[in-house]
Amino acid sequence: MKQLVILSGKGGTGKTSVTAAFAHLAAEGEVSIRAVLADADVDAANLELVLSPKVEEREDFWGGQVAQIDPQTCSECGTCIEVCRFDAIYPCPRPLSPWEGGESYWIDPIACDGCAACVYQCPEGAITMQPQLAGEWFQSQSRYGPLFHAALRPAQENSGKLVTVIKQHARLLTMDEGYHLVLVDGPPGIGCPVISAVSGADLALIVAEPTVAGIHDMHRVLQVTDHFGVKALVCINKADIYLAGAAEIEAFCQEQGIEMVGRIPFDTTVTHAMVRGQPVTVYQPESPASQSLREVWRKVVDALERLA
Amino acid sequence: MIIAVASGKGGTGKTTVATSLALSLSAQDRAVSFLDCDVEAPNAHLFLQPEFQHTRAVNRLTPQVDEEKCSGCGRCAEVCQYHAIVVLGGKTLVFPELCHGCGSCTLECPEKTITEIPEKLGILEAGYTPEGIAFARGLLDVGEPMAVPIIHQLKKWQPFQPQGIAIWDSPPGTSCPVVASIRGANYLLLVTEPTPFGLHDLKLAAQLGTELEIPAGVIVNRDGVGDTRLDEFCQQAGIPILMRIPLEREIGAGVAQGKSLVEIRPEYRARFQEMFAQIEAVCAAEAQK
Repeated sequence: MKQLVILSGKGGTGKTSVTAAFAHLAAEGEVSIRAVLADADVDAANLELVLSPKVEEREDFWGGQVAQIDPQTCSECGTCIEVCRFDAIYPCPRPLSPWEGGESYWIDPIACDGCAACVYQCPEGAITMQPQLAGEWFQSQSRYGPLFHAALRPAQENSGKLVTVIKQHARLLTMDEGYHLVLVDGPPGIGCPVISAVSGADLALIVAEPTVAGIHDMHRVLQVTDHFGVKALVCINKADIYLAGAAEIEAFCQEQGIEMVGRIPFDTTVTHAMVRGQPVTVYQPESPASQSLREVWRKVVDALERLA
Repeated sequence: MIIAVASGKGGTGKTTVATSLALSLSAQDRAVSFLDCDVEAPNAHLFLQPEFQHTRAVNRLTPQVDEEKCSGCGRCAEVCQYHAIVVLGGKTLVFPELCHGCGSCTLECPEKTITEIPEKLGILEAGYTPEGIAFARGLLDVGEPMAVPIIHQLKKWQPFQPQGIAIWDSPPGTSCPVVASIRGANYLLLVTEPTPFGLHDLKLAAQLGTELEIPAGVIVNRDGVGDTRLDEFCQQAGIPILMRIPLEREIGAGVAQGKSLVEIRPEYRARFQEMFAQIEAVCAAEAQK
């Protein structure tokens, strides 16, 4: 079993379109590779929009807890405000007995980090931790194999933890049912959900965009894969929108000994495929983007085989 | 007056819009400040070219246990919500990368054997652009998971005199780093593209705006690329479409080279200025409520 993660640093470079094409090519391409799919971009999950999954199981995802003050027990001592390092606690009028006047304190659930320092320091025991329903995750059957995906509610924390949950279940199914590959569509950036997506991966494919911003962020994400000791390959998407940028990426990869696995041209059929809810390799198999994607996939499969 | 620029989906043109808005307002001799809150993958400096004069580290306080005095009672591990401190065989171990720096273990240790030491998470940098825009950004260290403390510190940092109009360029997504970025803004400018991915993520971003009670408007970038479902959604949800930027090769190629939209197409300057007047009117009406 191998684990491949698709990353980019910058958002919108085409991670999900590449992942969807790979899912199709793994299932129905020249070499059959049985893959389990995982969408690790849990706060903007889009893979489901092109794989038409049928949800088979859904589970609640409980994120971190949030502190809550009982205004009836609160003695207004202010200890909680002193110990809170997340600026989450504010004085507010005592809500249930305005005729008595006086103040209580209110904990802003969005700012609260869930550390519980206030719970332990409150001399009245007026603060308790409340679990938060942060989202749901799903096991689905897609056209190209099982898909694990999630929906994190807006403004929720712990996206890294949710990524870990999804990947764990994808890995378990892969082992239980003898699949060959876990294909992970990664989130943008380099922070907590990306680290969760990278951890345990055997190979990363960086979808780079030949723009000043795309190149800047490709460097950042390559530092992350390097930091965690995950081998990375690079492909250039929309390669012909700025030729000097594409040449810069190729020169950089050659200098660093990073394998370059293809240039995918800018091709409006990619967007048209997305509008139809299909991978581009299904929608127009002979389009320039589809041809390049097949080439990139072949090289990625080669690299996966060489790992063994 | 603070305008936050967000999107849900990545790569829709947040930074293109945010930098061009800043340049357009600065061209009217308004005082403008710019915060790049995308501390994982910051790009605005590539377009605005600030000269950084100020820099500062962002630290998190992590516990250090005095082994000689520690009784191994395990109270610290009991109160830590992040599993960042554990007691194994009477020995207390700290995992700094899991620590959120809340200080709870230090407060609860009965022997007072814990001291907190600063651990670097990233840096803040600030300087002026050639046009005089006060620019600041945060930069998360590679391998560090936590972007939020850097965004919070960036927003509190005042290396300059406070400026009239603040523009906050936010990261993609809808989870905690985005909330940390846009909270406290007077207006939320949502940049999207008319594709199924753009629309799906815009819905989440708009929901976030509603939850945080920030009025929002939409800029449609790469107009003409996908379908019309975006327009239908905005109409139903009552979110105004403030501007449309068509899909044009010349714009894409210019942005790829690090040029701002108003440099590629100077006529957009007036359009951004008009849009700002519209936003200002909405915010003034909100303030009346």
